[in-house]
Amino acid sequence: MKLAAHAKVLNLTQPVIGRVTTRPTEDRVCRRDEIFLSPNGQAPPELTGFAAWLLPNSEEGVREASVPAAWGVPELGYLADGDVVAIAPNGWTRVLYRRSSPHNTILMTEQCNSYCLMCSQPPKPVDDQNRITEHLRLVELIDADTAELGITGGEPTLFKDDFIRLLINIREKLPRTALHVLTNGRMFYYRRFAQRVASVGHPDLMLGIPLYSDVDFEHDYIVQAAGAFEETVLGLHHLARYDVPVEIRVVLHRQTIPRLVRLAEFIARNLPFAAHVALMGLEMFGFVHKNLEEVWIDPYDYRQTLREAVDTLVAGGMNVSIYNHQLCILPRELWRYARQSISDWKNVYLDECAPCGARSRCGGFFQSGVKRHSRHIRAIEM
Amino acid sequence: MVGKGFHGREHYRPSGTYRFFPFRFTRFEHRILAVNEVGEHLFLSQEDFDDFVGKRLPTSSAVYADLKGKHFLFDSDALAPFGLLATKYRTKKSSLADFTALHIFVVTLRCEHSCGYCQVSRVSADRERFDMSRETADRALDLVFRSPSPRVKIEFQGGEPLLNFERIREIVETAEARIRSVEKEVDFVVTTNLAMVTDEMLHFFRDYRVCVSTSLDGPEAIHNANRPRPGSDSYARTIEGLSHAREVLGHDSVAALMTATRRSLEEPEAIVDEYVRQGFSSIFLRPLSPYGFAKKAANRIGYSVDEYLMFYVRALHRILEINRAGRSLVETYAQILLTRMLTPFGTGYVDLQSPAGAGIAVAVYNYDGDVYASDESRMLAEMGDRRFRLGNVLEDRYEDIFGGRALREIVAESVIESWPGCADCAFLPWCGADPVLNYATGGDLVGHRPTSDFHRKHDFLFRHLLNLYESDADVRKIFSAWVMNVPMTELEASA
Repeated sequence: MKLAAHAKVLNLTQPVIGRVTTRPTEDRVCRRDEIFLSPNGQAPPELTGFAAWLLPNSEEGVREASVPAAWGVPELGYLADGDVVAIAPNGWTRVLYRRSSPHNTILMTEQCNSYCLMCSQPPKPVDDQNRITEHLRLVELIDADTAELGITGGEPTLFKDDFIRLLINIREKLPRTALHVLTNGRMFYYRRFAQRVASVGHPDLMLGIPLYSDVDFEHDYIVQAAGAFEETVLGLHHLARYDVPVEIRVVLHRQTIPRLVRLAEFIARNLPFAAHVALMGLEMFGFVHKNLEEVWIDPYDYRQTLREAVDTLVAGGMNVSIYNHQLCILPRELWRYARQSISDWKNVYLDECAPCGARSRCGGFFQSGVKRHSRHIRAIEM
Repeated sequence: MVGKGFHGREHYRPSGTYRFFPFRFTRFEHRILAVNEVGEHLFLSQEDFDDFVGKRLPTSSAVYADLKGKHFLFDSDALAPFGLLATKYRTKKSSLADFTALHIFVVTLRCEHSCGYCQVSRVSADRERFDMSRETADRALDLVFRSPSPRVKIEFQGGEPLLNFERIREIVETAEARIRSVEKEVDFVVTTNLAMVTDEMLHFFRDYRVCVSTSLDGPEAIHNANRPRPGSDSYARTIEGLSHAREVLGHDSVAALMTATRRSLEEPEAIVDEYVRQGFSSIFLRPLSPYGFAKKAANRIGYSVDEYLMFYVRALHRILEINRAGRSLVETYAQILLTRMLTPFGTGYVDLQSPAGAGIAVAVYNYDGDVYASDESRMLAEMGDRRFRLGNVLEDRYEDIFGGRALREIVAESVIESWPGCADCAFLPWCGADPVLNYATGGDLVGHRPTSDFHRKHDFLFRHLLNLYESDADVRKIFSAWVMNVPMTELEASA
């Protein structure tokens, strides 16, 4: 599933963001927020007031369009009512939100103050602070019944004021939506910032913060930033002080496995307030390829370590999940912790998986993981 | 090797020397057990330990990382290790912040039992003399509500408290009425032998969510030998009362504890099995306390600390066998010790605090209005020594009782971090002070570790529990379930 494509455009002088609709309303004020979608090419009776007209599979009548129009993007044929789309004057059309997906995220910025060895979404040194305008607009257009929304990056807290503004807007426009933020937590080293996030008073906020070792120099090496452990750990404590729920996220790879059990002990002892600990398989994206030898380990080879770490966390009263692992490489005792976590547009299965009896409960693979995966993938007889 | 544009591991490793955080250590079989200031432990080989304290440990070794991760050493001016240690220390000692949480009301001294190990009850019909009056109860309740603790527990004791049920009813109803206007939670528990319990009482306990704690010393022969009453039917009455109470209150609202006499020492397995047979999910193995009974009874029912520990080891072994077979049964004292050893949290158990819990974690309001620093303190008073009497509810103000000289002295003298023999003990972060016991057995609050039964008992138990935990994965699982206070099945694989 592609989330962006190049369209042919007409009448487009500035970027347009709108909520896709196939049912034209008479209300002209509402239409300003809407992009009329013609999935099969049928033109509406009249287009006046719409932000744009989008025809993924057709160009019939488009030359006569009275509003900005975009066409020729069959990849986006899946679009449906309530989705939010941004169309740039050059035709670059991005799907910002899909109402039917449980995995919608706002990419706050592509910049980051860490440079993790295995980063799946490597940071870019671009000045993209003005993205915030689009994010604020998006929040106005998203369906208020959306169950969950994510904020990710880069590092979303780099521009502190914008981050707070976004949280406030989300709380106001989407009061029933659970909000999950992926942040390295380093900015919360500044206690006042943790306090500001808390004082937004979002009713259902969770900050997912990675921690890769119980020892500062190991963590700093993995995130390639001296002092990061110090900032993240104190940041976690500041968030706890203001009752902001946090989740600890640990990516499992060759550099984190050797001290994983010690890290589990560290979390249980030093971060018992964490609402959740996610132990996550490596995504074969981004920097992983640059540092393959340094980070790749067959998950089958660490399954006993993983089990010991889970036992340690559970015994410490922590709520544990295992993400991005296929059931056939996990000890049975760990199945109850395995979640089908891979975003719906990313996960696939191998040929070996066809006869597997556990497939319906298995998270499968990232598309990117098909090429490099455990040598122990096999069908399970239930 | 990392890719181009990335730094190697060496880039992030500390280059200088390291310094020590406070820690304590002891020889533990062939290894060294090191325990940090907040009770986290590590086992080290003698060689690694020598290198560690000699500051010769290479930063690239796993032991270095272990010691750093558990806050035994630090090697930079980073603040996180200090911040984390401070938070962990506060967490361990957090019960201090709330002050007195457990308030014991001795509503009567009368009891129809005449147990050899109990000195604080009277077989008497003289209500005037031995029952708590309404006025005394009201004044005591005023003090309970002065406690800064946001959640207090009121425990009814005796004697047999059900012999003054009317007072219990009044206190519960009054407390319930008062919490409607103040921010405080109140839990109630009644400690009773259940021999005299009636339907009316049980329905009242159900309506006001009063928990019941009873005594079961083992199978019929042991129980009746330990707990004589007219008709020698204590066991039968307890079992009958138990099933009745469970019917009305629900199975889990009734807990039991046992006291071991010389007679009990011979049959730890039978006692444990009796608890299983009666459907209990926990058993609290308790030795005799040296206050309650007269010296002449000591020869008949008493024993040495080593004899008790033999009993405890056998009973615990039996309990672990039962858990291994899939039936959850918690030994409450081990649960308390393990929580102190294996978790970042403290325990409210008043006899293992530093400073001691006497008076600041627990207060006892005696039938006559005297306030004592602990249950043991009033037992001592019954034996003629009122050293730990803090005041009287009818005569003294809250400030005088809980801020007076008697309590200040107990607190000041019961910080084990300053006690000879405790200050450098590896087990200090897991242990606590019992100054009332020291006083009762040795004449002063601080006590003498080399000859102290309390020390002997806890040194042995910490080692025994650690050995079990280290040597056996099943036991680790069982102990983890105890510490988390969940049935074992919660921790078990069920795909």
